[in-house]
Amino acid sequence: MTLSRRELLAGAAAVAGAAALAPAPAKAAKGVLRVVPHANLQVLDPIFTTGYISRNHGYMIYDTLLALDDKLTAQPQMVSNVEVSADKQKYVFTLRDGLSWHDDTAVTGADCAASLIRWSKRDGMGQRLFSLVDKCEADGANKIVLTLKRPYGLVLDSIGKISSNVAFMMPKRFAEVSADTQLKPDQQIGSGPFKFATGEWRPGAVAVYLKNAAYKPRAEPVSSAAGGKIAKVDRVEWLTMPDATTAMNALMSGEIDYYEQVPIDLVPVLASAPGVKLEVLDTLGSTGMLRFNHLAKPTDNVLVRRAIAKAVNQADVLKGVIGDPKYYKVCNSVYPCGSPSEASDGVDFMKFNLDDAKALLKEAKYNGEKVVILQPTDIPNSNGFALFVADAARKIGVNVELQAMDWSTVLARRAKKEQVDQGGWNMFPTWWIGGDLVSPATQIALSGAGDAAWVGWANDPTMEKLRAAYSDETDPAKQKQIAGQVQARAFEQAYQTYVGQFFVPVGYRDNVKGMIPSPVQFFWNMEA
Amino acid sequence: MLRFILKRVLATIPVMVVVASLVFLMLRLTPGDPAVVIAGDLATPEQVARIRAELGLDQPVLTQFLTWFFQLLRGNLGTSIFTNLPVTTLIGQRLEPTLMLSLSTILFSVVFGVTLGTLAAWKSGTWIDRVIMVLAVIGFSMPVFVVGYILIFAFAGQDRLFPVQGYVSPFADPVGFLKAITLPTIALSAIYLAHVTRITRASVLEVLGEDYVRTARAKGQIERKVLFRHALKNAAVPIVTVVGLGVALLFGGAVVTETVFNIPGLGRLVLDAILRRDYPIIQGLIIFFAFVFVLLNLLIDIAYTLLDPRIRY
Repeated sequence: MTLSRRELLAGAAAVAGAAALAPAPAKAAKGVLRVVPHANLQVLDPIFTTGYISRNHGYMIYDTLLALDDKLTAQPQMVSNVEVSADKQKYVFTLRDGLSWHDDTAVTGADCAASLIRWSKRDGMGQRLFSLVDKCEADGANKIVLTLKRPYGLVLDSIGKISSNVAFMMPKRFAEVSADTQLKPDQQIGSGPFKFATGEWRPGAVAVYLKNAAYKPRAEPVSSAAGGKIAKVDRVEWLTMPDATTAMNALMSGEIDYYEQVPIDLVPVLASAPGVKLEVLDTLGSTGMLRFNHLAKPTDNVLVRRAIAKAVNQADVLKGVIGDPKYYKVCNSVYPCGSPSEASDGVDFMKFNLDDAKALLKEAKYNGEKVVILQPTDIPNSNGFALFVADAARKIGVNVELQAMDWSTVLARRAKKEQVDQGGWNMFPTWWIGGDLVSPATQIALSGAGDAAWVGWANDPTMEKLRAAYSDETDPAKQKQIAGQVQARAFEQAYQTYVGQFFVPVGYRDNVKGMIPSPVQFFWNMEA
Repeated sequence: MLRFILKRVLATIPVMVVVASLVFLMLRLTPGDPAVVIAGDLATPEQVARIRAELGLDQPVLTQFLTWFFQLLRGNLGTSIFTNLPVTTLIGQRLEPTLMLSLSTILFSVVFGVTLGTLAAWKSGTWIDRVIMVLAVIGFSMPVFVVGYILIFAFAGQDRLFPVQGYVSPFADPVGFLKAITLPTIALSAIYLAHVTRITRASVLEVLGEDYVRTARAKGQIERKVLFRHALKNAAVPIVTVVGLGVALLFGGAVVTETVFNIPGLGRLVLDAILRRDYPIIQGLIIFFAFVFVLLNLLIDIAYTLLDPRIRY
């Protein structure tokens, strides 16, 4: 019988034939930038959450009064100038002419004053600044006046801070929504270089931004978050791709133009792919660390913390987790190495030395108590950091228990202040972008405010005095000196063990131009 | 028949209530707190507490359950904690890709699975049978993501026939749809196709030994008619059962296939929601999936009566 083979092949041929008739994969229309961002955009309100992806969304559609340039210095952005009174207690911000919201209404001082107040409810630097603010109000249509109770050294740095939470400006009617309530998708109105296409948003799939033709960029050249924000493409599409290999294949095949964070293990493949380029735009990189719990035994003992910190050889961890030396750097500073704030104070407390680590453990009278390390298996770098630090601690005789879980569970577990036998913890791994670590004020991992400090709850009045002195100081040279003292104190008290600095490259098709070197990914100035 | 359908529809109500209750309670027992995830690293405990209150997560579990359950009775699946969009909107956005992928997979698997299974049974013991069974074992043993990556490596990419990833609606671009759906369909079909092939072979082999088949051959019926009119039709009931229940396999495989081929379907929606503890989405999707299963089982039961007149309810 011959029919069966024919019948079998007929179906397959029909499918193949239909596919063969179809054209080759379409290239993006001119003026469209197709991007795979580093995460799935779920929360649209960048004040409500500190998520980096929400911050990047904020930069697309909102603008800021001030912005940090590539020297990490605050520069005017929405404002034309800032007047500071002689007693440094009154700041007057004057808005540039012609600024408008995406709904074509004019940006006013009242909008911006309300935006600053909403931001101050959520952001740590904003909270500290506003604890010293007597009044924040509009003066006429285009001025915002900030009156302080006493001089404060970080007014401009706070309002111009580059990373979460960024002081984004929004219309007053949205800025007056409680900071504990998330703005809705139909409330995404800013004055930034792109408009959010709310109707095209498919969470987990695509977010679309359209060029804001009414945006008036500054005349200065672009410099990190500062300077002229010129949207050079009509449309930016953020295409969420949870699988890194798929994103890599899509970049190689030209189905996307830009891959925001290329996993290091895929770098060798992309490096040899025709038409694809790799580049590190964030020269401050990211810093990995394992945070200690200062309340749970045995890491409530500073000597145990210092012993573990000294047992960690950054070179080993980075080689194991990151692999390619081009993308990592041993960094013995709590501030990003290579940044103006890098310091060398107190490094002896944390430099790798196994003999010293064992001696410290002995001095601590450590008796084999369990040290619980939370291990987030769904975050590759953090997972690797946990494994290597656990191994280092075991080498000096620490009884380590790695507890594997997903990141959401880590977030819930790390909020527990109980002892380890009651569900508590001793260490967990994480990492921060350099932009969040550049000063004692921005780095919450340096807080010693006890219950009000970051999880781990370091209770260190000496540190709090130093951080307050840093914030109050208006002389940059003296600020740098205090920052060094903060670092020495952090190492002495072993707030966390630092596992080094790493750099994640972006991957892009060779037709993409205009990327901005910065700790944060921006999409203005880029063209495809 | 109408009475049977009505009875089955009514019987789904307690099933759905039990599913809803179990899903809700199991989620609340899972470690993790969406308020902590949404607030981010820098939030103070007070801020997290305020967000928890805003989301109603500070209420007793029973209060939360009753609020959700009464919403559910009104057809309201709630609002996503993270995206602030109604769960029904999110399901609506994702339904088409998953539906199309499932339909194309079922179609592909049934057409090729039944054909290959019948052929293997007809040529039982020959090299054709052995080759088909070896392929079935391979198809059954290979994880979906491995098949997916092999297909991408072999057939997708720049200047090749198929795109690496993505989904195109057939209503917007039928040709683009065919190109985008072909590789995911083949990848997801591998296990399903193997399953259908093996069941079809076993069922047809059993029927080929029946007296009425021998009688048909003795009467001089041509082999094609013996095979399709007598054997396959009578072997259809177990095949339909496997096809229907295999939809469960499809949903499981769809999570992986949608991830590998970047198809924005329901599988990825539920995975994202689980990772973030977005309770309303997880609850809404499980209720939705449960409803689809109940409905499918009903359709399978009805199909039995059409395929075998001896079956009556």
